[in-house]
Amino acid sequence: MNADWDVTTLLEGMVRDLRPHVDPEQTAMIGIFTGGVWIAQALHRALGLKTALGQLDISFYRDDFSQIGLHPQVRASDIPFAVDGRSIVLVDDVLYTGRTIRAAMNEIFDYGRPANILLAVLVDRGGHEVPVAADIAALRLNAAAGGQIKLRGPDPLRLELLTSPRTAS
Amino acid sequence: MSFSTFRFGDGNPQYDAQGRLRHLLNTEGLREPEMLQILDTAESFLSIAQRSVKKTPTLRGKTIVNLFFENSTRTRSTFELAAKRLSADVLNIAVSTSSASKGESLIDTVDNLMAMQVDGFVIRHPEAGAAHLIARHLGDSALVINAGDGQHAHPTQALLDVFTIRRLAGPIEDRVVAIVGDVLHSRVARSQIHALSILGCPEIRVIGPQTLVPKELSALGVHVYHDLQAGLRGVNVICALRLQKERMESHRLPSLDEFHRRFGLTPERLQWAQPDALVLHPGPMNRGVEIASEVADGHQAVILQQVAYGLAVRMAVLTLLAGAAGGGENHA
Repeated sequence: MNADWDVTTLLEGMVRDLRPHVDPEQTAMIGIFTGGVWIAQALHRALGLKTALGQLDISFYRDDFSQIGLHPQVRASDIPFAVDGRSIVLVDDVLYTGRTIRAAMNEIFDYGRPANILLAVLVDRGGHEVPVAADIAALRLNAAAGGQIKLRGPDPLRLELLTSPRTAS
Repeated sequence: MSFSTFRFGDGNPQYDAQGRLRHLLNTEGLREPEMLQILDTAESFLSIAQRSVKKTPTLRGKTIVNLFFENSTRTRSTFELAAKRLSADVLNIAVSTSSASKGESLIDTVDNLMAMQVDGFVIRHPEAGAAHLIARHLGDSALVINAGDGQHAHPTQALLDVFTIRRLAGPIEDRVVAIVGDVLHSRVARSQIHALSILGCPEIRVIGPQTLVPKELSALGVHVYHDLQAGLRGVNVICALRLQKERMESHRLPSLDEFHRRFGLTPERLQWAQPDALVLHPGPMNRGVEIASEVADGHQAVILQQVAYGLAVRMAVLTLLAGAAGGGENHA
């Protein structure tokens, strides 16, 4: 399958799935740079969350830092709310190996102890290497290893498929 | 060794054959992309100091040696804290307690530490070129950071100064910066001049008595003033230098009082510069000599911010060099 997915439609699905899990007065949201922040900005707006959006750059937490070094453009992580006791929706664009999410959770816990974290992604493409699963995914694929799915943006948001994965369900 | 005679030999040992920054020895010869990457990465580390857990796992399992052959409080402790906040292990070796005082050579000391599988050295030494010597000796096997060598260079101080200017005074490309005081004996001044030039500072001035300003500075495009009032006119940033009392040959200055009368920064003289001009000082300050207490503690001084920023900049330098050691392409 090689369709052009409509990101707007996928985002609407995510908002629908997330709504029962969020309390706009209490729930906080964190996007992972870069694509995850774009998705989080859209979800944050659509869900009307009152707490300012958090942004994470996980460069300093990567498990492959000693192999590949520092990302050339590190942005500052910014969590503009108290993490302790907070319900957090963690947002990324594509879930693949799960290592980014592991790093992101390590970083979040260095800010405090959240009550719970929900993982919401635009695409879960399979190929997980650590036990991380998305609670909410607009699209679940079983993409071939080595294939690439990339979110381009920020305006407009476009999901690009660089090889042809099979749709899992 | 005097202010300007030291030159490192062939090539630039800071970079490896692939163009990766492997050692930080001097701001001279540092390329703009790496300098900007250090400064931008430091921005990211600033926020970490505000968290409940002020550490990242970036250098977990690495060992960094602080090898100090000269006294230092600020530089040594910020390097130690920087490495610890990156989860590295830190070994502090001061000359008075080490075998160097028993006649062991610098290279022998380093080789012994390398046998303990350390990953990097932060070195301060009274001789110009000491860090270069170690970097050449070690090549790619460990990172070397120059934390001050004689009167030659102090690159992390210069980087934290340009970081401070960029954050608090605005874009370096349209700021006039004056370095005031004992430029002759100052490794900080030389490194500042190179860092500011690389980042496109349009006008760098040096202000001091003729006996304490080396003549060859004009060749670097620096404007030299021997009159404080003329030199401060229109300046956005004032970098005061510590008067190197312990390095001063007596004939270069009639007295400390005389220096203060002509070049000491006082509240009245600050008014010769731009109204919002920032005052930087690398510390430790000689209050009442190069800087009056009213200025050091005044609202235009950013001396304590420099210390906080220095920590973030040193975390960035350690991260960048350690990342390149793993084959990372940090030259992007």
